[in-house]
Amino acid sequence: MAAASNIASRAAISQHALHAWLLLLPALALLVAFTHWPALATLIDSFFSTPRGSRPSLWVGLENYQVMVDDPVFWQAVRNNLWFAGATIPLSIGLALAMALWVNERMQGRAFLRMAYFTPTVLPMIAVANIWLFFYTPQYGLLEQITGALGLPSHNWLGDPSTALACITLVAIWKEAGFFMIFYLAALQTLNPSLKEAAAIEGASRGYYFRRVQWPLLMPTTLFVLVNAVVNAFRLVDHVFILTRGGPDNATSLLLYHLYEVGFKFWDAGYAAAITVVLVVVLASVALLQFFVLDKRVHYK
Amino acid sequence: MSAAKESPRPGPALYTVSWLDTAAAWLLALLWILPLVYAVWTAFHPAEFSARFDLAAPWTLENFRHAWQAAPFARYFLNTTLLVAMILAAQLVLGTLAAYAFARYEFRGKNVAFALVLVQLMIMPDILLVENYQTMAKLGLVDTLLAIGLPYFASAFAIFLLRQTFMGIPKELDEAARVEGASALQTLWRVYVPLARPVYTAFALVSVSFHWNNFLWPLIITNSVESRPLTVGLQVFSSVEQGVEWSTITAATLMTSAPLLLAFLLFQRQFVQSFMRAGIK
Repeated sequence: MAAASNIASRAAISQHALHAWLLLLPALALLVAFTHWPALATLIDSFFSTPRGSRPSLWVGLENYQVMVDDPVFWQAVRNNLWFAGATIPLSIGLALAMALWVNERMQGRAFLRMAYFTPTVLPMIAVANIWLFFYTPQYGLLEQITGALGLPSHNWLGDPSTALACITLVAIWKEAGFFMIFYLAALQTLNPSLKEAAAIEGASRGYYFRRVQWPLLMPTTLFVLVNAVVNAFRLVDHVFILTRGGPDNATSLLLYHLYEVGFKFWDAGYAAAITVVLVVVLASVALLQFFVLDKRVHYK
Repeated sequence: MSAAKESPRPGPALYTVSWLDTAAAWLLALLWILPLVYAVWTAFHPAEFSARFDLAAPWTLENFRHAWQAAPFARYFLNTTLLVAMILAAQLVLGTLAAYAFARYEFRGKNVAFALVLVQLMIMPDILLVENYQTMAKLGLVDTLLAIGLPYFASAFAIFLLRQTFMGIPKELDEAARVEGASALQTLWRVYVPLARPVYTAFALVSVSFHWNNFLWPLIITNSVESRPLTVGLQVFSSVEQGVEWSTITAATLMTSAPLLLAFLLFQRQFVQSFMRAGIK
């Protein structure tokens, strides 16, 4: 009797599991086909040469990586990308926090403020880049008109290697800050208002209240936004296509843009696979760092 | 939308907002909105006023007419609409099924399967361009709408978001439906989906904005008017066609952003709340 019911319940469990896997199957199959497999295949392909004409793809070991190490444009893209990340991450997060703190106060016209901050987020980056291109244009552009009115000399902002990257960075910050603001705003609205009352009654200054109460309580949000900002720093390249195409002299080539050029302008699949591996490693380390280190330190409840 | 409604309660004026804060907030807001105002000015005025600001300048819709005729924007609009609808439908269906399995089933390998799903949050299809292109070439799908959408059909984000929501739904409701004889899929459809409606709206807004704006993958995988979405069409229009007036390009730019921009201005609250909801997992 007992054995029979045991078998029956086992059959029920396996049927239960079968149902679960059937529910998962379509999503998992697509994830494997377009995320896991390509991530793995890119590693394998990075050890093979690019097939050209009648020459098939051959095992070349680390040759693609050697090409990468010897490619000055790759290193330039790495430097540019680090610069881009180093500027967009803190500036967009800092601005987002300021925006959220302002919009969270009972300030004059805060509905307008929130709308103004958030609008760039819903616009396509390609469209936004077109607008900014005209903004930066020599002679006619708005920027030139402003500097001209101030009596400053004319400057080709996007054409000068020393300013082009900063122009690209500015557009990214403008696009991202309002997006991150939303998360801070959501977190601020969940803070208990009596904290503020208590701090005010205790005579704490506004700055002190922010430093000792709001900022620590916002830490999980900051982590979330930070991870997003890091990922975006290696993913946001759409505007480069419109504004500079990586130029002048590769001054604005970012890693993903360089990958695009190698993979789809020079059609060098082997070398492109090696660059993809670098990008995957960067993003995977961000994920692991978040998972094993940051998440544990941030939540102290 | 009023300020008073949003504050938790009126309470005593604690830290009053200084005029300096207000001034800084407004200055930043004006700077933030300036590029858009500038674009609107250029698009709605004759070309000679593109960079000249004169209150007496006449308003016109000519630039939009020019842009519309200069490139197959009608086709691009159709492509983008179909693409966005196709991706959203697939994401919602696949995401709902997978989320239900993760939220309400116990089975071996569940944690591994879930970890595999989460991988996509970090390593997005956006960077696996080369391999995905080769896959599409093997499938003979290059230059089709399906190829643009396929890598995004299974969304880790949708699965994650819906799983969290489903887990918050009381199990008793599930059991009650089962007692009445409903199958798993019927329970999912009658109990879970209706209760998760706000999350579906939130995800839909985020997904539509993302895919309406997506550029790099569609640029690579398409090469004809028949499959190009708006973003790629706009890039082709503004870079290839040399000698097009700025005012025309700006009009085209505004045109491609208009549906999202208008939706955002009309449903600001839902947009902001949706992005918030999607963010606080």
